[in-house]
Amino acid sequence: MTQISVRVDGAAYTDEVEPRTLLVHYLREQLGKVGTVVGCDTSNCGACTVHLDGEAVKSCTVLAVQADGSEVTTIEGIAQNGTLHPMQKAFHELHGLQCGYCTPGMIMASIDLVGDNPDPSEHEVREGIEGNLCRCTGYQNIVRAVQQAAAEMRGAQA
Amino acid sequence: MIPAAFDYARPTTVDEALRALADGGEDAKILAGGQSLIPVMRLRLAAPAMVVDLTRVTELRGVRDDGDALAIGAMTTHSDVIADPLIRESAPLIAQATETVADRQVRHRGTFGGALAHADPAGDLPAVALALDAEFVLAGPGGRRTVPARDFFVDYLTTALAEDELLVEVRVPKLEGSWGMHYEKFNRVAQAWSIVAVAAAVRRENGHIAEARIGLTNMGPTPLRATATEQALAGADAGEAAIAEAARHAAEGTAPSDDLNARADYRAHLAEVLTRRAVTAAVGL
Repeated sequence: MTQISVRVDGAAYTDEVEPRTLLVHYLREQLGKVGTVVGCDTSNCGACTVHLDGEAVKSCTVLAVQADGSEVTTIEGIAQNGTLHPMQKAFHELHGLQCGYCTPGMIMASIDLVGDNPDPSEHEVREGIEGNLCRCTGYQNIVRAVQQAAAEMRGAQA
Repeated sequence: MIPAAFDYARPTTVDEALRALADGGEDAKILAGGQSLIPVMRLRLAAPAMVVDLTRVTELRGVRDDGDALAIGAMTTHSDVIADPLIRESAPLIAQATETVADRQVRHRGTFGGALAHADPAGDLPAVALALDAEFVLAGPGGRRTVPARDFFVDYLTTALAEDELLVEVRVPKLEGSWGMHYEKFNRVAQAWSIVAVAAAVRRENGHIAEARIGLTNMGPTPLRATATEQALAGADAGEAAIAEAARHAAEGTAPSDDLNARADYRAHLAEVLTRRAVTAAVGL
C-alpha cells in the first residue's frame, strides 16, 4: 500500500491505496464520489473525466498514486453553495443530455475547454470534446450548451 | 478492469529512477504519462512486476533552448509541447502533429518522451522525430549516450533503449533557412490512431525545393523516411506537378501492415496522397 494525500472537491484526504488503484475507483469506492462514472474503461469515452490540478484528465487512465499531492475536482465539486456551475446550468436548460451517462465527463471536459478558449466556435467545441462520446448521439444540444455556458462565463468575468 | 498488482517506485531524480529501474530488473516498466501503458496494464496485456513512476522527476519536464537545438524533456506533456513558444518558433511540425494526438484529456497527461519510447508505429510523433533528425539522449547506469532517430526506432514497439536505460530528452536540431512544415494525418474517427500520416519539412530556395524531409507514420513496424520522394524533390520545382510526381514514390521501400483498419495496398495509396498534400502545404501552395 502507498499513502497518498489529495484534495478532492475542496476537502483534504490522506489514504492508503494499492498502487494499481485507478483514480476513478479511488474516487468512487473510497471517497464515495459516485458522480464520476466509468464508461468504456478503455480511455475512449471520457465519461470519467475529472480535473487534476485544473486540467481535464480521464480518471480511468490515471493511477490514484499519480494524483498524490494534487487537487482533484469532480462533477460533485463544481456547484457553489447549491448554485449550479454555468456549464451545468446550460446543459440543464438546453437539454444537453439524453440518457445522461456521458454528462459528468462532458461537463468537466467542456469547462476545461472553455478555460483555454473562452469563445469557442461550434467547430472548436466539437474538436474540443472529441475525447467524450455520447452514445445517444445527442451532440447537437451539448454543443449549444457549451457555447451558451461559455457566453455566460465570459459575462461573469467581464 | 484493474491492472495486475505491481511494486511501485516514485523517484524524484533521474539517478533515483535509474536505481529503481536496476532494482526492478527485466520486469520493471517506466510510467511516464501512462496514456499508453495504463490501458495495456488494465487489459493485462502488460503486467510489469515493478512500475517506476516518473511523475515527480521534475528535471525531465520542459523545453529549453540548447544553442543549435531544442532540448525537449522526456516528461513534457503533449499540452505543454503544443503551447511551447520555442517549439512553435523552431519546430512547428511537432506542435502540429501533437495537436492531432488523441484528445485534450490524453494530451494533458501523455508525454513527448513517453510516446516516442513507446514507439507505436501508428503514433504520430516518431515519424516527426525521424523527419526532423532528432537525437535521443538516453541515461543509463554507465552515463548518457545520444542516439539518432534513425537508430532509435528498431522494430514494432521496440527502441534502442536498454532495459536499464531511461529516455531523458530529445534534441531537435534548429533548421537553417526557409523551411515550411506540415503534418497530414488520415484516421477513421476523431481520436483514432493514424491509419497513415506524413510529416513533411521542406526548404525552399528561389522557387525551388532545395531539400525535403518526409517521415511516414504507420507504413511499417517503425517510422520511415520516404527516401525516394525526398530525392525526387531535391532541386525540383516548387509546383504541383513536380510534387505530385515525387509523391508517387512515397511508398517505395515501405512495409505497411494489413489489418482491420486498412489493407497494405490502401496504405501505400494513402502514403502517396498524403505525401502530396503534406509537401504541397509545407511549400505554401
